[in-house]
Amino acid sequence: MTRLGPRGNLFLAAAALVLASMPYWSGLYDMQLASTALIAAMFALSLQILTGAAGLVSLAHAGFFGVGAYTVYLLGAGSIFVTLPAAMLSAGIAAAVIGPIALRTRGFYFLMTTLAFGQMLFFLFHDTPLGGGADGVFLTRPSMMWTVTKSARPAVFLLLNLVTLSLMYLGLWWLMGTMFGHALLGIRINEDRMRATGHDVQRLKLIAFIVSGALAGLAGHMAALTDAFVSPEILDWHHSAEALLMILLGGIGVLHGPIVGAFALTLVREFGQSVTERQRLIEGMVILAAVLLLRRGLAGWRR
Amino acid sequence: MDGFLVQIINGLQYGLLLFLISSGLTLIFGVMGVINLAHGSLFMIGAYLAYVVAGITGDFWLAPPAAIVGGLGFGAVLERVLFQRFRNREHLDQVLLTFALILLFEEARASLVGNEFHAVAVPALLDFSVPVVGGFAYSAYRIAVLGICLLVAAGMVLFLGRTRVGASIRAAAENPEMVDLLGIDARLIHTLVFAAGTALAMLAGALAAPLQSVYPGMGDSILIASFIVVVIGGLGSVGGAFWAALLVGLIDTLGQVYFPQIAGIAVCGLMALVLSWRPTGLFSRA
Amino acid sequence: MKLEARGLTRRFGGLIAVADVSIELRTGRAHAVIGPNGAGKSTLVNLLFGTPRPDEGRIFLNGTDITLLPAWRRSRAGIGRSFQRTNLFPAMTVLENVRLAAQGSVHGWRLLRGAREDRGTRDTAVAALDQVGLTAFASDLAGALSHGQRRLLEIALVLATSPGVLLLDEPLAGLGAEETAPVVTLLRTLATNFAMLLVEHDMDVVFAVADEITVMVDGRVLETGTPDAIRRSGPVRDAYLGHRE
Repeated sequence: MTRLGPRGNLFLAAAALVLASMPYWSGLYDMQLASTALIAAMFALSLQILTGAAGLVSLAHAGFFGVGAYTVYLLGAGSIFVTLPAAMLSAGIAAAVIGPIALRTRGFYFLMTTLAFGQMLFFLFHDTPLGGGADGVFLTRPSMMWTVTKSARPAVFLLLNLVTLSLMYLGLWWLMGTMFGHALLGIRINEDRMRATGHDVQRLKLIAFIVSGALAGLAGHMAALTDAFVSPEILDWHHSAEALLMILLGGIGVLHGPIVGAFALTLVREFGQSVTERQRLIEGMVILAAVLLLRRGLAGWRR
Repeated sequence: MDGFLVQIINGLQYGLLLFLISSGLTLIFGVMGVINLAHGSLFMIGAYLAYVVAGITGDFWLAPPAAIVGGLGFGAVLERVLFQRFRNREHLDQVLLTFALILLFEEARASLVGNEFHAVAVPALLDFSVPVVGGFAYSAYRIAVLGICLLVAAGMVLFLGRTRVGASIRAAAENPEMVDLLGIDARLIHTLVFAAGTALAMLAGALAAPLQSVYPGMGDSILIASFIVVVIGGLGSVGGAFWAALLVGLIDTLGQVYFPQIAGIAVCGLMALVLSWRPTGLFSRA
Repeated sequence: MKLEARGLTRRFGGLIAVADVSIELRTGRAHAVIGPNGAGKSTLVNLLFGTPRPDEGRIFLNGTDITLLPAWRRSRAGIGRSFQRTNLFPAMTVLENVRLAAQGSVHGWRLLRGAREDRGTRDTAVAALDQVGLTAFASDLAGALSHGQRRLLEIALVLATSPGVLLLDEPLAGLGAEETAPVVTLLRTLATNFAMLLVEHDMDVVFAVADEITVMVDGRVLETGTPDAIRRSGPVRDAYLGHRE
């Protein structure tokens, strides 16, 4: 997996500026749509350091997203300065509990194990009274530094999500340039040689798993904040598969791939919705196209 | 006490159904190295097939043979058209391709038979209860399902253990390159295993149709359960899948009855326990 | 440095791959292990490196029992191994390959330093490349190197982990006559600074490099001695050297 150079990042910054200017030229609906895409991008990007960098295909990721989102609900009302770190912390803890067991396994076992653990989290919120019911619950949004009027919400949340995604991207961009990031890349290419040259592969993977889980929790937090609604569906493994789809669609070989993939998928869905009610048909076709034709992803086509 | 006994038998019967599904899953993985997330959808298709066949002909007994024949054909086509090309792809590609199949199967199901829940009547011939011990009676159809599953399991053991093709399937599940060495057409083995796995999953769906309602998401819950069975039993191990299926069937059934809120968690917890003890499952050779 | 193995035994199913093998490696001495295919040479290297663990026997590094240490900890303790089948990071540059190896012992917060900026690992990597003579290819992709260069990079990866003990599993595997010479020169230099175990088929190389030779047959040590003693040994001639001509 490679990172963008300064010029590529400048291009991303320009795209961010266009989004940031949306309140001046676009309608409420489009701003909400942009928020949806931004949250999806955070979710997929948080998985990229596992899948794209370390080569771990995890199906538990939606579970951590959900834990982050439900943390907002479980805390009741509170300041965003409490709910945000709390969501990251609880998702990180969930990843720290699941990670050591799941990472004992490799390859297909890892896939199946993460699938089962993700579903375990799903059942936790779906079947027990903890999550407020199988149909989902409305929640009180965390308070921010100032009160946001209802009409200003789409614009404020758009900007908030944009800033969060940008910070997450910059953080991961920096991380992938460190020795830790390079070690993850090494694990993806040749795990055995990494062990033979003294790398504590197990620990490196676990740290990546926890960081990735905590960032998914952050994405979940932003989703809860934006929608004021959480439902067990966001923990379902289908949601994890969607994150993987965004990664593949945007490009597994480039750090910013998932962002491109998230926007592409959101737009395709939106377009699909206007044409047909058969959402699954469209999504299925998109996947087939991505797997069969777009091996390097939309953002990786030039390499 | 009688109630408890009923639940035990229910658990075993569910476990045997799980075995039909997961034995195919584990062999497909072992022989072909392919992870098939759409395997649960095949179960769903089998159940809907039973609903449609029983609805049109009025005779449920046509459904299981239809599921087997249809499954063999459907599986062979799927293998030749899609899965064969995906054997050597990365995990991510396999996951997404089979995820796409789930979506497409569900969409096809929705357009053909709709999104409603359906009940399939227990066949009249077996619509009675058999007194077992004391004052306790058990549904004749469930006993029949138990019997059919055991028969299939026994047939599978005989086939894998006594025939030449069965031996090469076992060899391939242990070491995929073995097939070539044995001088048997590997492509044929792959198609056969995939077709048989599909037929077994669809048969399980058909048999389960009168036991539970037939509904859109039914493939998904069975998928998770059979994945857990495969992980606990050890990838590629049919014997492991058998015992793991019974174990998961019992725990899940008893859990649903006595601790409904944590039944789903308990089964995953069981898997976690097994994995932290033996990371490649109970019955794997590694 | 001193690596000492006593009574190592490893079975695979009913097969004994390595039976009661004892061996001692010291800095400044090259110890070659020879024997026919399937004699258990590679398994011996694997056991010394901890994958898999021996069924019986103990391994000591400078007197400390390391029998149960996982491979990565052995690497950090100063044991480096190369692989018979080239085992690199093909999609990365030559420099990044060695830099990653040099980074193996880095842990804790230091891992958050920039990979390209960290002086320590970079210097180690550059030195390792220099030692094997691959400096000119530092920015080439490892996957694009010739076979001979890859064998050299294989050794550079081991050197970059700053080991005291070298376990080299057929470093010359698959090399042509011209490619062999520079590697032999390198091995002779390394032999003076490291405790070296050399598994090798080419007798000329073995006699040119080794200070001591162990002959293995069917998982057992047939004989251990100086190159001269081995050359003269009747049983060795019968069991192994004789087959070569």
